[in-house]
Amino acid sequence: MSLFKTLTDKPWERKGIIGGLNPEGTFESPPERVALGFFLTIASVIFSMFGVSYVIRMSLPDWEPLAEPSQLWLNTGLLAISSILFQWARNIANAGKQKNLMTAFIGGGVFAVLFIAGQMVIWENLQATGFYVASNPANSFFYLLTGLHIAHLLGGLWVWSKSSIRLLSGSKPEDVRLSIELCTLYWHFLLIVWLVIFAILSNT
Amino acid sequence: MAYVPLADQDSEMEMHHPHSWVTKYVWSQDHKVIAIQYGGLAIAVGVVALILSLLMRMQLGFPETFDLIDPSSYYQSVTMHGMIMVVYMLTALLLGGFGNYLIPLMCGARDMVFPFLNMLSVWVYALSVIILLSSFFVGGGPTGSGWTLYPPQTALAGTPGHDMGIVLMLLSLAVFVVAFTMGGLNYVTTVLQYRCRGLTMMRLPLTVWGIFIATILGLFAFPALLVSAIMMLFDLLLGTSFFMPAVIEAGTPLDHNGGSPILFQHLFWFFGHPEVYIVALPAFGLVSDVLSTHARKNIFGYRMMVWAIIAIGGLSFVVWAHHMYVSGMHPYFGFFFATTTLIIAVPTALKVYNWVLTLWEGDIRLNAPMYFAIGFIFTFIHGGLTGLFLGNVVIDLPLSDTYFVVAHFHMVMGVSPVLVIFAALYHWFPKVSGRMFHEGMAKAHFWITFLGTYAIYLPMHYLGFLGVPRRYYAMGATDFIPESAQDLNAAITIAALIVGAAQILFFVNIFWSLRNGKKAGPNPWGSASLEWQTPDTPPKHGNWGDELPTVYRWAYDYSVPGAHEDFIPQNVPESEEPTADEQHFDPDHDASKAGA
Repeated sequence: MSLFKTLTDKPWERKGIIGGLNPEGTFESPPERVALGFFLTIASVIFSMFGVSYVIRMSLPDWEPLAEPSQLWLNTGLLAISSILFQWARNIANAGKQKNLMTAFIGGGVFAVLFIAGQMVIWENLQATGFYVASNPANSFFYLLTGLHIAHLLGGLWVWSKSSIRLLSGSKPEDVRLSIELCTLYWHFLLIVWLVIFAILSNT
Repeated sequence: MAYVPLADQDSEMEMHHPHSWVTKYVWSQDHKVIAIQYGGLAIAVGVVALILSLLMRMQLGFPETFDLIDPSSYYQSVTMHGMIMVVYMLTALLLGGFGNYLIPLMCGARDMVFPFLNMLSVWVYALSVIILLSSFFVGGGPTGSGWTLYPPQTALAGTPGHDMGIVLMLLSLAVFVVAFTMGGLNYVTTVLQYRCRGLTMMRLPLTVWGIFIATILGLFAFPALLVSAIMMLFDLLLGTSFFMPAVIEAGTPLDHNGGSPILFQHLFWFFGHPEVYIVALPAFGLVSDVLSTHARKNIFGYRMMVWAIIAIGGLSFVVWAHHMYVSGMHPYFGFFFATTTLIIAVPTALKVYNWVLTLWEGDIRLNAPMYFAIGFIFTFIHGGLTGLFLGNVVIDLPLSDTYFVVAHFHMVMGVSPVLVIFAALYHWFPKVSGRMFHEGMAKAHFWITFLGTYAIYLPMHYLGFLGVPRRYYAMGATDFIPESAQDLNAAITIAALIVGAAQILFFVNIFWSLRNGKKAGPNPWGSASLEWQTPDTPPKHGNWGDELPTVYRWAYDYSVPGAHEDFIPQNVPESEEPTADEQHFDPDHDASKAGA
């Protein structure tokens, strides 16, 4: 039922049971997926707010662009592999198969951990070369945005670790299919967010 | 195929069943217990804020008599009163309290979608309150920068609580946003996915619509507060300059350079204005249901009421800079925001008309919840009209820093939602407790609060026109403020003390009624919505016994001719409706029956 049709319904006229087993207007989707959809929207708003702040702050005269370390490309590759592995795990789980499921799913998380480690190395290097968080607003935003992205990844890894334990303890693919699907969606989202952050950081 | 509602497909429901006192009353996953925890904590922290306001009023009314607070603690009281009332009391009580209690019951669900997350939400909220209140006990005390926390003033040595106080405030707000997000995800998902069979979106009571849209607003607006809190914490703790410009403090240049205070203002008000509607929309929904039930009439213009809620929700994101007219913005920018501000008045006014038209020729039952609901219409019209003044740039500029603004926002988003909260607390108290409250005490509470409110805020408009500045600890001697203004200030303080003391009536009533109130029965108001149709009062864990309800109609079938009593609950099928013959309405016959 379209939104327009829903909102123009005259409830005082229509009586009886409307809809099938579930009431009209319910998404044909597990509640967890609906909630994740909302959460991704909220996370998008948070990153957008930082993005807008970045653009506004950048226009002020004391801004000195930060030369982004080339290692960011390597880290981006790690996160992309992580996302690809999650997608592979999702495909396997959707097909109801077991083979390679654990490798793909756990591998996806491991590559995300490697990405975080890579980001920490960049932080270390920046600190060692005198690019501190308070030296310049461009530096501040670099630490802030990458840190926020890592925080989101850590949240995802917490869910991933719970699902991994279930997989390792012998759960069937259909029992963890939803968790795998939601993790995959979340990882794709964080990859896109990272690509946008990377683009913004690189073009200033 | 057997019908298994979504809400009953949750095999974990049995797991949430409390097995000990601790899991029943402390770490409870039952939405009703969580609602009471949210509500109780919000009211408790609201009382702290109320006491702070009375301390301020005593200073303002009798500056030479009392020596209770100094200028620093006055500003700290202003700040904590504002922030607590707006965020930790109103938002938490309306969404965490009423949202938690009413959404699953009105949706015909057994609980929220994610009960564990719901439990986490209330305890994280409690943590945010503890962090906030702990600032009273740290060196320097809580921040005194005003509830808007504008930099750079908030971080400078002249501002009370510029060191730990502001840090704890920002930390507490960030934690609150986390708590709200956990709760909010539950509310929206429950409304969308856990409605019982037959309950379409357009059959939902307006309470659920108000809370649903307000939650979406919160989920999208609170991130702005979170972002500004994080960046401000970076400025304060790590020495960055997101918001902090170059400042010379007591002759010494600070380490900050080039930050944009205006950026903070934009972020803050991008949250701050929707926040007004995060509070107002649930109140609109609650009052609609109270008015309709006690007027024994269907809510006038149900669809328009829903559309108005959605329209207000959307428009609330494009009016934020009307709080910043005095910040030196481009005139076209001000023109844009003045226009959107006036546009948002249209759906808001539409709701007011519909409330009044709901009362029109209704079979009004003037009991305590109805008193408060009708009182709300008065105060909301009053506060709304003064909002039209302030929405215009040329009028706002001279009035912006005066008591006119204090009077406006207290009427529109202080007193009005509080009156709705009392209406709703009295209205749903019989369902929550199973007992009726003391009607006389509740009405006395209403009259003192309602008339007292006018005694407080009506004169403040006049003080504003005189040019009496807000935020001042003491007026001092000025040429343009007559001495009589101080007499008015004293009168306002006396009224505020009386209104503050009158709230004791509410607490006495609630605690007395819990033990001694008359047994309420399942549906004492004759309400048609689902929450009054539960098999047990108060509803037990799982709400609905063995089987979830099925809904056949909207929530406003009141004064139906021929109906048993005068209403048809949502879960009564068409086959049990009065027949056409029974529906023949004979006013004389009915009147004689009523007389007999």
